[in-house]
Amino acid sequence: MSKKKRALWVHKDLLGLEYLSKEDIELLLDTASSFREILDRKIKKVPALRGKTVVNLFYEPSTRTRVSFEVAAKRLSADVINIAVESSSVKKGETLNDTGKNIEALKADIIVVRHNCSGAANMLGRNVNISVINAGDGWHEHPTQALLDMFTLRKKLGKLEGLNVSIVGDIAHSRVARSNIWGLTKFGANVTVCAPKMLIPPGIEKTGVKVTDNIDEALKEADAINVLRMQFERDSMEAFPSQLEYFKNFGITEDRLKKAKKDIIVMHPGPINRGVEISSGVADGQNSVILEQVTNGIAVRMAVLFWVSQVRDKDIKNEIGY
Amino acid sequence: MKLVIKNGHVVDPANKIDEVMDILVEGEKISKVAKVIDPKAETVIDASGKIIIPGIIDMHVHLREPGREDKETIASGTKAAAIGGITSVLAMPNTLPSLDSIEIIKALKEIIKNTANVDVFICGAITIGRAGRELVNIAGLKKEGVIAISDDGASIDRGEIMLKALEKAKKEKVLVICHSEDKSLSNNGMVNLGFTSTRLGLRGISKESEYKRVSRDIKLAEETGADIHIAHVSTSESVEIIRKAKKIGVKVTCETAPHYFTLNEEDLLDYNTNMKINPPLRSKEDIAAIKQGLEDGTIDIIASDHAPHTENEKDIEFDHAEFGTTGLETELSVSITELIVSGILTWSELVKKISLNPAKALGIDKGTLAAGKDADIAIISPDKEWLVKKQDFVSRSKNSAFIGRKLKGVVEYTIRKGNVVYKNTP
Repeated sequence: MSKKKRALWVHKDLLGLEYLSKEDIELLLDTASSFREILDRKIKKVPALRGKTVVNLFYEPSTRTRVSFEVAAKRLSADVINIAVESSSVKKGETLNDTGKNIEALKADIIVVRHNCSGAANMLGRNVNISVINAGDGWHEHPTQALLDMFTLRKKLGKLEGLNVSIVGDIAHSRVARSNIWGLTKFGANVTVCAPKMLIPPGIEKTGVKVTDNIDEALKEADAINVLRMQFERDSMEAFPSQLEYFKNFGITEDRLKKAKKDIIVMHPGPINRGVEISSGVADGQNSVILEQVTNGIAVRMAVLFWVSQVRDKDIKNEIGY
Repeated sequence: MKLVIKNGHVVDPANKIDEVMDILVEGEKISKVAKVIDPKAETVIDASGKIIIPGIIDMHVHLREPGREDKETIASGTKAAAIGGITSVLAMPNTLPSLDSIEIIKALKEIIKNTANVDVFICGAITIGRAGRELVNIAGLKKEGVIAISDDGASIDRGEIMLKALEKAKKEKVLVICHSEDKSLSNNGMVNLGFTSTRLGLRGISKESEYKRVSRDIKLAEETGADIHIAHVSTSESVEIIRKAKKIGVKVTCETAPHYFTLNEEDLLDYNTNMKINPPLRSKEDIAAIKQGLEDGTIDIIASDHAPHTENEKDIEFDHAEFGTTGLETELSVSITELIVSGILTWSELVKKISLNPAKALGIDKGTLAAGKDADIAIISPDKEWLVKKQDFVSRSKNSAFIGRKLKGVVEYTIRKGNVVYKNTP
């Protein structure tokens, strides 16, 4: 009997880190390391996805993530098409599934979708045969953001296991927080989430994270802190109406950082609200890796685009085993 | 016309029958139940190895007519009912327009007379437009044959209006069915509030939104002495509140639906919109409490809460999908699979919950196979298995939370007032 070789990567879609194994994530991070090096070359392009078409389908305004995916796809020599909600037929009432099937019929290979409804990427992934990458769905997941956060941490500190990582901000309404929690806990990092009680989602401790509403406690032992963007214009408002009050109690300032580890890493998924969740001094200070995150984001997205495009039908396993 | 059903195992808890008997049907009525009936009838059904029960009475059904005939009609819904062994349904009033006036009830009765395949009883609205403000003409509706009232889909937030409704209903001897939900506590939620809503990134519906309103409704029933019935009980706390109320003699009955003792919140971790239901699928602990309530008699009734929706309303983002699952065609089999096979209920106890108790709660002379009663009968192969497939549904809508499940128990015949309205053809 010949030993059956398992494919390295078996997921048609990337919907969330909850659905990936540690090995899957490791493969993405390792691949991203190789791609990261390309970004510092004079000729920043490899032919890995030549002849493939990537469609960025964005139902929410997003410059950062959309541009990052676009750059990543172009570095891999893919053709990129951007569809934003304003310019598409969405407003005329076409459903997400119909739009997805049309994109498939246009012979695109990968859909990168951003949507304000949790589960939108899951639904799209079930309904088209081409690959779907979740670029953020509602409060659910933002897997490539968490991957780039993890990539940055690993690059800076050499490992993820045993690291103390604190996530501060509106955890309840944050897809970035959820994806980071799923990813980091799979690697044995010690994750603490810190927010006013109203912004802690129920049962979150079941993921293995520590919960606190004391920012100094969250900072004390932390090797890294991930500062979430506060969306006072949206969901956060329900539970915490005052920006000033938030900054006073949870804002990351130079004074607060003085009590933390000297070389604590400060991350932020961007775009930053200066003076709301983070002071300018910290955002631009020596602990900040915010701009490195942006560069690493390209490498991580290149890795994701690369691997989902390598999947052959026979390797695909049922995406979510529930 | 004469019909004899031979050698079937008859389960008729009203008459404490649970053994092999023959049944003679003459015209619309059962005329005899005995050990051996000589078959001189025009039609003889050999029911060896089958279970024979009084036709199921499903007291929570959304038939959608008038107004949303794209989802379901009296004709399609009652055809689906017959497949599920159901011979009577109570049609809920959240139609378009709502069943809140004598004119609309009259019109509906006409449709029922012309198109229904099983008996359709009417549940009127409690308030005009189900808006929770102005009471309907309860006495007038009653005269038109309405046997219960409910604002199902909504609860009456204002206590004094609910109180008035209960007083009026008591006087008119109409059952008040409570959709007990405090919408200010359900927070536009979509799934049970807890770790699952956190994992899914969806707004949660708290358990308080149900049981605090159950508590209020029972309190008002106690004060007025009116008969109330709590619809679709889904939480452990509600079961406990009802258990206590019954102990102190409050006149309350309640129902749960098959999905609340079968499916739990984790079943929707892949955003299956057919499992988006209100009240939402709850935790495993709640399922255990619902089963306990069924076992100890706190929960009197099983009803489907059949809620048909078109594919356009379900095959979309979870946020935008409608609430509800269909249930007429799966109710009995899910109950057999989850409650009989596992030993939680005996056949006799199940028949009480799906036929005898709803008949009593609604005050209709059905739910038994005694001589002289309507010949509403279901004949069931209890051990036969089947796979729930979307394409097999007869309901106009296919949004079943049970698609893909293997169930036990197949309805072979459904007889309504002496007529075979459904016959299984393999």
